[in-house]
Amino acid sequence: MVKSGTIILNTAARFLMPLQLMFSVFLLLRGHDEPGGGFIAGLVAAGGFTLYLLAFGVRATKQVLRMVDPRDLIGVGLLLGMVSVVPAWFMDQPFLTAQWWTIPVIDFKASTPLIFDIGVYLAVLGSVIGMVMALMEVDKDEP
Amino acid sequence: MQFTVLMGFVLAALAPMLHRRFAGRTSLVLALFPALIAAWLFSQAPMVIDNGPVLLEWQWVPSLGISLTFLLDGLSLLFGLLITVIGTCVLVYAGGYLKDHHDIGRFYMALMAFMASMLGLVMADGLVTLFIFWELTSITSYLLIGFNHADLQARKSARQGLFVTFAGGLALMAGLVMLGVASDAWSLADIRAMETDLREHALYTPMLVCLLLGAFTKSAQFPFHFWLPNAMAAPTPVSAYLHSATMVKAGIYLLARLQPELGGTPLWIGVLSVVGATTLLIGAFLAIHHTNVKKLLAYSTIMALGTLTMLLGIGTEYAMTAFVTFLLAHSMYKGALFMVAGNLDHETGTKDVTAMGGLRPLMPVTAMIALAAALSLAGVPPLFGFIGKELKFEAALGAADYRSLLVIFAFLGAVMTIAVAAIIALRPFYGTRHQTPKAPHEAPLSMLIGPALLSLGSIAFGIAPGVLGVNALLTSAAGAVSGEPMEITLSLWYGVNLALIMSVASLALGFLLFKYWDDARARLSLLAPVMRRGPEAGYEGLLNGIVAFSEWQTRILQNGYMRNYILIMLVVLIALIGNSILLRHSPLLAFDLDVRFHEVIVVGTMTMSALFATLTRSRLGAVVSVGIMGFSIALVFVLFSAPDLGITQLLVETLTVILLVLVLFRLPRFSHLSTSLERIRDGSVAAMMGILIFLLIMTAWSIDQFESISTYMVENSAPLAYGRNIVNVILVDYRALDTLGEMFVLALAAIGVIAMLKLRHATESPKTAEGSKSDTQEPYDG
Repeated sequence: MVKSGTIILNTAARFLMPLQLMFSVFLLLRGHDEPGGGFIAGLVAAGGFTLYLLAFGVRATKQVLRMVDPRDLIGVGLLLGMVSVVPAWFMDQPFLTAQWWTIPVIDFKASTPLIFDIGVYLAVLGSVIGMVMALMEVDKDEP
Repeated sequence: MQFTVLMGFVLAALAPMLHRRFAGRTSLVLALFPALIAAWLFSQAPMVIDNGPVLLEWQWVPSLGISLTFLLDGLSLLFGLLITVIGTCVLVYAGGYLKDHHDIGRFYMALMAFMASMLGLVMADGLVTLFIFWELTSITSYLLIGFNHADLQARKSARQGLFVTFAGGLALMAGLVMLGVASDAWSLADIRAMETDLREHALYTPMLVCLLLGAFTKSAQFPFHFWLPNAMAAPTPVSAYLHSATMVKAGIYLLARLQPELGGTPLWIGVLSVVGATTLLIGAFLAIHHTNVKKLLAYSTIMALGTLTMLLGIGTEYAMTAFVTFLLAHSMYKGALFMVAGNLDHETGTKDVTAMGGLRPLMPVTAMIALAAALSLAGVPPLFGFIGKELKFEAALGAADYRSLLVIFAFLGAVMTIAVAAIIALRPFYGTRHQTPKAPHEAPLSMLIGPALLSLGSIAFGIAPGVLGVNALLTSAAGAVSGEPMEITLSLWYGVNLALIMSVASLALGFLLFKYWDDARARLSLLAPVMRRGPEAGYEGLLNGIVAFSEWQTRILQNGYMRNYILIMLVVLIALIGNSILLRHSPLLAFDLDVRFHEVIVVGTMTMSALFATLTRSRLGAVVSVGIMGFSIALVFVLFSAPDLGITQLLVETLTVILLVLVLFRLPRFSHLSTSLERIRDGSVAAMMGILIFLLIMTAWSIDQFESISTYMVENSAPLAYGRNIVNVILVDYRALDTLGEMFVLALAAIGVIAMLKLRHATESPKTAEGSKSDTQEPYDG
C-alpha cells in the first residue's frame, strides 16, 4: 500500500506544492511566447497536487482544495474553452478568430487564446487529479 | 430572420420556466412566436412574389464555406406560412388538450424546438444547414412521439420513427454530399444559378437514389410508411402538427426543391410516380381497415403524401399546380381533422369511431368543424379540397408516362379517401348514442379555435381562391417547384371534363363504401395474415438481426481482455498502413546517416529499457524501465530543440509512473498464461509493428509531396497571433478547434476513469467506509 507520511516527503510536499502551483501559473502566462502553455502548466499543477496526495492522503488534499471537486474543474475548463471562441461573433468575424485586448494600467495583453489556455489548464488539472484521487480512494478502502 | 429562428430554440429551452410563470396561459404566450413569424412572412410575401427569391445571408464559418443563409422563395414562403400558422393553431390547441398533464413544460420545449428546426429546414439555403435542421426535426419528432415515456408502446414507436428517419437521414447526407461535389456549390441558390446540367453528371443516379431514400423515409412513402401510423402514439396536437401538416412533408419539400435541377429524367419520373401512386393506394386501402380515428387519419395522410410524390413525378405544369394546391389543402383539412379527433378522444375517452355515435347535439361546434374539414378531404365542392382533387385527377390524366396506372390508382385512392372522410364526419356525430368511457360535452374554446380557423380556410379558399393572395402565393410556389415562372388561376369550375366525371363517380362509390364499411372491414380481416408480413415485419427482422450481430461481434472483439484489444488494434493498423505503405507507395529508405555519439547513447538507453521491460520478472522493474524509456524520449525532444514537447513528455512520464505505482500493488503476480505459440504470435505482431513504424517514419522523412506548412506558421505566429512560441500558438490559435476537441476527449476519458473506479468501489465494498463516500454524487453511487 502507499503509505503516507515520511517526514522528508511531508515537509517537502508542504513547501513544494505552493511552489509548483506558482510555477504552473508562471508557465501558463508565459506560454504564448516561451516554452509553457496551458497543457504543460496543468500537468505541473497536477504534479504538485499528486505529491501532496502521496504525502498526506485524499482527505487532507480535499481540505486543501476546499469545496472544489476535480470534476467541476473539468467542467469549468471546458466551459472556458467554449466561451473563448464566442467573442469573435460579436466582432463580426468567423467563429474562433482570436481577439486581443490590452489592459491599459498593467500593460497586460489579454486575449481569447489566453482564456482558452486557462480552460486547457483547468481541464488537464481536473482530469489528472480526479483520476489520481479516484485511484487512491480505491486503495484506501482495501483491507 | 436566422436570429429569430434560433431564438425559437432559446424559447424552447425557456418553455418549462415560462410554464411555471404563466401556467395555463403558457401556450398563448408561446403561440406569439409563430404568429409573429407568420406576420413577418406575410409582410415579405408581396416582395418575394413580385421580385423573386430573397437571400438572407449570415456567414458562419466562411473559411469552410458554411453560412447560415436563408432562401426565401415561393416554396419556402408557402411552407413557412404553413408551419407558423398551423403552429399557432396547434399551440393554442395543445394548451387545452394537455391542460392537466403534469409534464406539459417538457412538451412545449420539444414542440418549440421542432417548430424552429422545421422553419430552419424549409428556409435553409446551405446543404449542410438543411441537413442539420432535417436531423433536428427527426430528433424532436422522436421526443414528441415518446412524450408519454412511461408507455412501452410509445417508446417503441418513437424509436421506430427515429431509426427509419435517421437511416434515411444517413442516405440523405450521402446524397447531399454527392450533390455538393457534383455541382461544386453547397447552397441551393448557387445550384440553381448553375450552367451545367446535373442530370448529365456521372453521379446523378447514386445521388438521386440516396436523396430519394432520405425523402421517402421522412415522408413515409411505401415501403417505409409503417412508422407513421405508429407515431400516432404521440399526443394528438403532435399528430396534427408533425405527422400530418409539417414534418412528414419535409421529404416532399426536399423533392420539390430539387425538382428543377434533378427532375424530369426517366428515373425520376418512374420512381416518383410509381412509388407515389403505390403509397397513395396502399395508404387509402389500409385506412379503411382501422376503426381507431387517429389511425384512419394517419393512413389517409400516407395517401396524401403519396399523392404529392406522384404529382412531383408527373412533373407537368398542371402537376405542379396540383402539387402546391393539394399541399395547402391537405395541411389545412388534415390539421383540423386531427384536432377534431383529439376533441373526440379527449371528451369521450375512446379513439374507436365504432364506439361513438350521436354526438352532434352534445358537441355541435366540433361536428361542424369535422363536417367542413371532411368535405374538403373528400373533395366536395365548393371546398378547397375539391380544387386540389380536381387538379390531381387532371394531372394524372395528363401524365406522359404510366398514365393508366396513375389514373386508376388515383381514382381508387379517392374512393377510399371519401369513405374515410365520411366515416370521420358522420360516424361519431350521427346515429344512435353509444356508451362512452367519459360523459361527452363540447370541448373548451381553446380546442375549437385552431381547427375552426383551419376549416374556415378550407371553405374560404374554395369559394374565393383569390383571398389573402393565395392564388399569387401558390403561383410563386409552383414556379419555384417547376423552376420557371408560371401563371395559375384556381377556380372551382373548369367545365365538364373527365376529371369532373371521375370526381362525381368517386363520390358516389366512396359513399357506397361508407355505407357497407362494417361488412367490408369484416371481409378485409381475412387479409390479416398477409398484412403481418408487411414491411414492418422486415423492419423488426432487421432490427433483431442487428442486435444479434452486435452481440456476436462484441463477444469476439470486445471480450474485456486488454491483450485482445491491443492485438486486434495492432493487426488492423499493420494491415491498413502496411497495405498503403508497401503496396501503394514503395517505402523510401534513402537517407543520410549522420549520427552523433550522444544520440547513440540515448537511443541505446531507450532500446535497453524496452528490452528489459519485456524480459523482467519484476513488476516494479518493468515500471521503472518503461519510465526510463519515457525520459529518454523526452531527452530526444530536448536534443532536437523541441522544449515544449520535452517538458510535456517529462511531466506525462512522471504522472504515468505515479499512476502505475498506485495500481501496481493491486495487480497479481506475473504468471505464465499464454502458450509458447501465442507468445510467438504476439512477438511477431510486435516486431511487425516496430518495423512498420520504422518504415513509416523513414518514408515520411524522405518524401516531399506537399510544401511544408511549418514555414507559414513560423512566419505568421508573431505578426498574426502575437506569440513567439509556435507550439503554443498552434495549440490555442491556429488549431484551437482541434484542441477544443481534445479537451473534450480528455474530459470524457477522465470522467470515464473516475466513474469506473467509483463504481467498482461502490459495488465491491458495500460497507460504507467512513467519509470515503462524502463526495460521491453519481446516481449509481446512491
